[in-house]
Amino acid sequence: MTITRTPEIPRGTRSRIGWAISDTLVIACRDLAHWRQQPGAVIANTLVFPVMIVLTFGYLLGGAMTVPGGGDYRDFLMPGMFAMTMVFGIGATLSAVSADAARGVTDRFRSLPMAAPAVIAGRAAADMLNSMAALAVLTGCGFAAGWHPHRGAARAMAALGLLLLLRFAFLWIGVYLGLRFYQQPEVVTAVRTVEFPVGFLGNPFVAVSTMPAWLGAIALWNPLSSTATAARQLFGDPIGADSSWITSHAAIMAVAWPLLLIAVFFPLSLHRYQRLSR
Amino acid sequence: MDTPAIACEGLGKRFGGKTALDHLDLSVPPGTVHGLLGPNGAGKTTVVRVLATLLHPDSGQARVAGFDVARQSAQVRARIGLAGQNAAVDEILSGRQNLVMFGRLCHLPAGAARRRAGELLSQFGLSEAEDKPVRQYSGGMRRRLDLAASFIVAPCVLFLDEPTAGLDPRGRNEVWQMIRALAVGGTTVLLTTQYLEEADRLADAITVIAAGRVIAEGTPDALKTLAGGDRIDITVREASDLAAAARLLRTRLGADVRVNREDRELSIPVTDRLAALTRIIGALHEQDITAEDITVRRPTLDDAFLHLTGFPDSTVPATEAATP
Repeated sequence: MTITRTPEIPRGTRSRIGWAISDTLVIACRDLAHWRQQPGAVIANTLVFPVMIVLTFGYLLGGAMTVPGGGDYRDFLMPGMFAMTMVFGIGATLSAVSADAARGVTDRFRSLPMAAPAVIAGRAAADMLNSMAALAVLTGCGFAAGWHPHRGAARAMAALGLLLLLRFAFLWIGVYLGLRFYQQPEVVTAVRTVEFPVGFLGNPFVAVSTMPAWLGAIALWNPLSSTATAARQLFGDPIGADSSWITSHAAIMAVAWPLLLIAVFFPLSLHRYQRLSR
Repeated sequence: MDTPAIACEGLGKRFGGKTALDHLDLSVPPGTVHGLLGPNGAGKTTVVRVLATLLHPDSGQARVAGFDVARQSAQVRARIGLAGQNAAVDEILSGRQNLVMFGRLCHLPAGAARRRAGELLSQFGLSEAEDKPVRQYSGGMRRRLDLAASFIVAPCVLFLDEPTAGLDPRGRNEVWQMIRALAVGGTTVLLTTQYLEEADRLADAITVIAAGRVIAEGTPDALKTLAGGDRIDITVREASDLAAAARLLRTRLGADVRVNREDRELSIPVTDRLAALTRIIGALHEQDITAEDITVRRPTLDDAFLHLTGFPDSTVPATEAATP
């Protein structure tokens, strides 16, 4: 039998970073390989589900919807759907992270001579790629339903950028909850269940001005709403007449909210990851 | 003398209010198979987690392959393999994908990782299933893949945490063969187990722990001797006679009689086998207690274990007594 030894641990900072990047790529490829091995789940989550929901809200319910301040409901709906898809990312990240931790895969990684942050960084890279794919599919659905950006490619890209920033923030909520509650699978189910109401308690589907004042206030301050409004503005879609402070500052809030979430949940996630050894 | 492959001094660890490790010392010479034996909750897994750098001890220190697990964890990780309860393989990927991935994470170049995966798959008898997802593997195949994954880069020290728990006898035999082969190759193996037979067959030396402390240490033979010399086992015909027979033999022989109610069996340590046998038969006959079977035998590791952990009047075999 041949004896294979681990290459010596590099001493220089540059080669250490090289190891960390290569480890992150290996983990990201592994997470992507999961989707290749389970095409059914991927098609259901990123393809069938968005199409179904666009059909349901755009066509089944859409006829009865009017957008306060005027405009086409499907134009109003599409950016909301994009934002909603970012919310579903929390559950996707959470499930994957907690499954790995519960099954002991995370511990196997932690016992290897690999760069420790790569386990989370690889997951983050893979999930962001997955969300980009989901956005692309949903954009395709939008085009098929007659939606399109009205204010040019640059602003449309900026809108997509804001959506992905929100996804990146939600990613850390998912990582944190996954590492915190991996021994309680009921928490994973609970989070996946409340994603929908959390989305409804914002403005993806209906304008906040149609809600009772107290409920509207909560919906307005839902981070999701700021991103949806900012995306609507950048795409040139109706935002549903609203003159509140937070809506007028949607673009700023669409950056501020995610940064705040990242500032809270990124350190918490790292802390949790390190706590795995306590 | 060589530096020990594993050296723990005064390891302590508490989880909440519960003590998992209580000043535990352990020393394993390089190139040996060491059994860590104890009932569930004794702290076996905690020891492995500390040594594999997965868990920080509250007190004490541990060195693996000469490196401190807390301060030189990267060096330790480059020299260990871990398999069993604590480390899993990816269920969705195929066996080959798993091994290539773990090889890449050990920083083998892509080509070398693929070659090594191929070697291990054939060495561990998994070539036929190499492209199937692991969730379709049998329990034995999964364990073998798990072992293979811990052996991608020949580890100096291999930790096997209950590697055969839940396997059928055939799967257990397969894993035992693999462990023996690894030991021949010069790897130091720390094996935790609840199965005394497993420790007896594989280990050069055994440490018995309970409640986070070492309660005995030595070769399997030395531990058996601790349990006393030969034993005589008596099966009585009527379960109602069991208690009376135990009392009788305790008084007559002045020995510690172990009672196994389930099998209507008494087990007695004896020094002079024939004299004891004669007296036992005489005493039982005198009291009209019918024995169905009487056997004289050498002590097993089970006896040592029961003796050391002090399970009195155990009514279950030791392998199960270890599971609460």
